[in-house]
Amino acid sequence: MPTTGDNSSIIEVRHMVKSFGTQRVLNDINLDVYRGEIMVIIGGSGCGKSTLLRLLIGSLEPDEGSIKLFGQDLTGLSENDLNKVRNRFGILFQSGALFNSLTVGENVALLLEEHTKLDKSTIEIMVKIKLELVRLREHADKMPAQLSGGMKKRAGLARAIALDPQILFYDEPSAGLDPVTSAQIDQLIIDLTRKLHVTSVVVTHEMNSAFRIADRMCMLDKGKILKIGSRQEFEALRDTDVAQLKNQQDKLIRQFLRGDSVGPITDRNNSSDYEDDLLMLRLKSGK
Amino acid sequence: MEKLDPVSDKTARISVATHTIAALGRLTLSAGRKVFSALGGMCLLLCVTASNTITGLFVPGQRFGRDALIGQMVRVGVRAIPIVIIVQMAIGMILPLQMFSKLDEFGQSEQIATINAIASFRELGPLMTAVVLCGFAGASIAAELGTMVTSEEIEALQASALNPVRFLVVPRLLATVIMTIMLTIIGDVVMIGSGMLTAVNLGIDYDICFRLTREAVNLTGFATGLIKACSFGLLIGLIACFLGLSVKPWEGSDGVGRATTSTVVYSIVAIIGADAIFTVIFYSYGLFS
Repeated sequence: MPTTGDNSSIIEVRHMVKSFGTQRVLNDINLDVYRGEIMVIIGGSGCGKSTLLRLLIGSLEPDEGSIKLFGQDLTGLSENDLNKVRNRFGILFQSGALFNSLTVGENVALLLEEHTKLDKSTIEIMVKIKLELVRLREHADKMPAQLSGGMKKRAGLARAIALDPQILFYDEPSAGLDPVTSAQIDQLIIDLTRKLHVTSVVVTHEMNSAFRIADRMCMLDKGKILKIGSRQEFEALRDTDVAQLKNQQDKLIRQFLRGDSVGPITDRNNSSDYEDDLLMLRLKSGK
Repeated sequence: MEKLDPVSDKTARISVATHTIAALGRLTLSAGRKVFSALGGMCLLLCVTASNTITGLFVPGQRFGRDALIGQMVRVGVRAIPIVIIVQMAIGMILPLQMFSKLDEFGQSEQIATINAIASFRELGPLMTAVVLCGFAGASIAAELGTMVTSEEIEALQASALNPVRFLVVPRLLATVIMTIMLTIIGDVVMIGSGMLTAVNLGIDYDICFRLTREAVNLTGFATGLIKACSFGLLIGLIACFLGLSVKPWEGSDGVGRATTSTVVYSIVAIIGADAIFTVIFYSYGLFS
């Protein structure tokens, strides 16, 4: 449940469809993210969650439907208006995506220099504050190439919060990190959300992280939303005995939440025409 | 349906011919489409870069990235100076050696100096400098920008409401143009010096050499050379930035490699094409008197 008690939707997605060429990647997506909550979007590889994130930040335009951030529809906005919306949210990309020709401090400072009228000394102080929040203050003069994977993500996070955004997007924040660093990043996500009163949208397939940080969760599969609910609902589903589930969809979600190697997902992926394929070969060679 | 024998059946022969023509037509159209869309894209990039440069310089609110420009000038040009010097020294030596025996037949051997001066200021100076910079500037810019696309840096810029053209293309394009002009001047001097040294070694009197060279170098020739140099720099920078930024994020290092190679190839073709056009224009306006 949203912690601030404010039930207004800061992100609204209605009937969104996105295709790449002939392949429909996202189909009739309806999603609300409430102010102040941590919404975790989970799903397997290729389910469309990265595409969904790109659509939410305005990097891609949907083919149908609408996406509203702060009550404003992103589709059809001019680049100038889109930039005004972009200043109100921050994103942590999977690799950090730091500007490689600038130091860590300069990466954070760039956004402040370009989008605010603050003077140099104030910007310096703000950079120190942001870096302290992610515990990188001593590394302000390092170049991105000198940082470890975890440090790059923290630096990317410091840059994402540079303009005090109201929404933070995270693209697979635990990718490529060891369990301890991953847990530290998770704690950072929770701390930032509570301290800065931001809304967080996290895309991940690491279930440990997801259950640690989520207020609500949304599961995607093959471009469709299977389930949206509170973390407790998903935990209950994960802990239910499989025999008690009637719904094939619930069994699928449960397999994903538990990370089981056997279940509806693997059954679906196993090709049923293996034997037929072999038989055909034998028939062909017999001709 | 009975199978048609393609050799004997008239209907089948005609359809093979139309299929071939249709296939050629499709090939031409798709290649033409790619070429035109690339040309259009580059024109668009040029206009956006120009407008960002102007607003950066003249609009009080926006900062102009002077540090970025200087950094790019060092990266693109300063490191190419030794190579340009070596190349132009070599050509300054090759040209007189090739011409000497023929000119000596007509008793005009000292005209080596004149021809060398004209060739370097008007033609080989700008051209060879630009060809060297296709690698130093063109390939390096394309590879850098392509890698930035694949590592999500460009996307991060856009998501931070920062215009990639303003931050990345403007300094690189300006740096390429400026350094092409400056390196051409250096190259011209080196080539003339090397040519004079070769001529003197071939037995031509130094004073005659010097006098002829000075007479041959006029402002018009110098200006035409610099106009060429400026356009070559513009072409290299524009093609490099366009192809680098056109890499798709999912193409990875394969896409970056292709963009880099294409940049070098298309830049060289574009430069020589532009050189031909300029030469014809300058000739028909009688600037080559």
